[in-house]
Amino acid sequence: MNVNHLSKKELKSRHKINKVRQSKGDTAFDVVITTFLIFAVIVVAYPLIYVVSASLSSTDAVMGGRVWLLPVEFSLEAYKTTFKYDSIMTGYLNSLIYTASGTVVSLILTTLCAYCLSKTAFYGRKLVGFLVLFTMLFNAGLVPNYLLINNTLKWGNTIWALIIPNAMSAWHVILVRTYFENSIPGELFEAGDIDGCSVFRQLISIALPMSGPILAVIALYTAVGLWNGYFDALIYISDKDMFPLQLVLRNILILNSMDMTTSVDLREMASRQGMYNLLKYAVIVVSSLPLLLMYPFVQKYFVKGIMVGSVKG
Amino acid sequence: MAVNHGSSVVPGALIHPSIKRKIRKSIPYYILILPPLIYLILFKYYPMLGVQIAFRDFKVRGGIWGSPWVGFKHFAMFFSSSTAITIIMNTLLLSLYYLLASFPLPIFLAVCLNESRSQKFKKFTQMITYMPYFISTVVLVSMIIQFTDISSGFINQIIVALGGEAVNFMGNVNYFRTLYVVTGVWQTMGYSAIVYLAALSGVPVELYEAATVDGASKLRRILAIDIPYIAPTIITLFILNTGSILSIGFEKIYLMQNSINTPVSEVISTYVYKIGVLQFNYSYSTAVGLFNSLVNLTMLLFVNTISDRISKVSVL
Repeated sequence: MNVNHLSKKELKSRHKINKVRQSKGDTAFDVVITTFLIFAVIVVAYPLIYVVSASLSSTDAVMGGRVWLLPVEFSLEAYKTTFKYDSIMTGYLNSLIYTASGTVVSLILTTLCAYCLSKTAFYGRKLVGFLVLFTMLFNAGLVPNYLLINNTLKWGNTIWALIIPNAMSAWHVILVRTYFENSIPGELFEAGDIDGCSVFRQLISIALPMSGPILAVIALYTAVGLWNGYFDALIYISDKDMFPLQLVLRNILILNSMDMTTSVDLREMASRQGMYNLLKYAVIVVSSLPLLLMYPFVQKYFVKGIMVGSVKG
Repeated sequence: MAVNHGSSVVPGALIHPSIKRKIRKSIPYYILILPPLIYLILFKYYPMLGVQIAFRDFKVRGGIWGSPWVGFKHFAMFFSSSTAITIIMNTLLLSLYYLLASFPLPIFLAVCLNESRSQKFKKFTQMITYMPYFISTVVLVSMIIQFTDISSGFINQIIVALGGEAVNFMGNVNYFRTLYVVTGVWQTMGYSAIVYLAALSGVPVELYEAATVDGASKLRRILAIDIPYIAPTIITLFILNTGSILSIGFEKIYLMQNSINTPVSEVISTYVYKIGVLQFNYSYSTAVGLFNSLVNLTMLLFVNTISDRISKVSVL
């Protein structure tokens, strides 16, 4: 499958075709398409804008339904409260550590495996390739994995339970292997062989420096998965100080269990209720911000990653 | 020359030394593959041995290898329970609804984006629709809860403003599937469209030129050029999606569950988790999980074979 981006010239010629002979039917067609796309943008963007605006509005405005698009009665109250919660900050820090170290482990395992699988000189590569592929078709299921990690390895409440068991995905290995095979000229490795450059040296000095884009893609996918996931932590982590951000968020946002001093005054309760509601919007913004801010910069890598993946390996 | 291993074709009797030589040459690779191999064996294949507890009565003292064999007891127990049919149906229905809604839309979006005349608008739309993919499941579900809140949620505020009556979406069994599917489409539509866009960008310009010269309308060009061109991509993704029809994600459903919607929201993965990890019924849970994995594998192979026969597209 040819997945190259169109060159500028091609794009131009494509546009020219569009300009020549625009029939009435085609114009109507353009209108329909543009309308659909605008509709899609509004539907996708509105909830996001609403969250941000609500988090910046006053409690009354949100509860009274006066926030529609922009913040009403601008206030940073919710954010001030958010940053006072230690559990959120601890979760943030934990998630940063888990995400960073998990990504590194993933990259090492994936690269080593993909590199060996890309080499025809590696006797046994078909067997290892099959072992990798088969994990895509069948998995043991929750309990056998849980027994291994929790009971046999005793990795409960350790960082290892979060970053090791899912470190190498077959899908990523295939992506990187395809890249090694197709995007790095074989002559480079041959030259390395002639010069007596060891297999490991060739990986470090030839393969790695040339595969920045694909490694960036894998790193980003892994990092987003680690940052956003909560299942492994739910199963293996019970120590609150070790909770990743998503588990902390689950407690605050979904289980509604934020430590609040109990109050008997009903009016105060109501205002607390409203504040808590507002707080949720602020927490959502604060927790999603790193990825959303990163997003415009890494978008092209993500797109590239999917396109590399669509070349069948 | 250093590597020229294929050059000397060795007769049958001498195969042994040649293999020896290949192995000796591969030693550096064996060292490099060691960490991934240990990983695969320990975390992917060793648990597969653990699947045998589905046929045993797991006792902590006996462990995986020493607990007594009980044959298909746990499977029989599962299939004779009323829960089995409920959670299998719940899983299938939710997956099917989701597949039906989430599969065609990204194709449609990609085709529309591809037809868009302004590159800037195209890029902008792509960027916006891709964004929700980065939102975590926890945040997404909390947004659902917040937005559908009976008094403070903006969806109900709109309904009330339009003269309707506020609806308790999360507190009504009938809305669970719709909420799950609609928000899933919202989150993944832009992301899923990218692979089709990539495929569409490979359509040779000459095809469009020829079609335009022949007076084909835009709609006609889409139906006659675009769709057939990306058909293999569509089929491949369809196979992969069908293969995972019974493994619908745990994370979002579990978070969306409440006491009211469990009759429709209890699916195989949440059941396996509750029975296994929360209630320590290891053997029973493994049996249900194994059934699930086997159905997935069968579905994948089945759809793949059909697709291979009909359209020569195969993922394996």
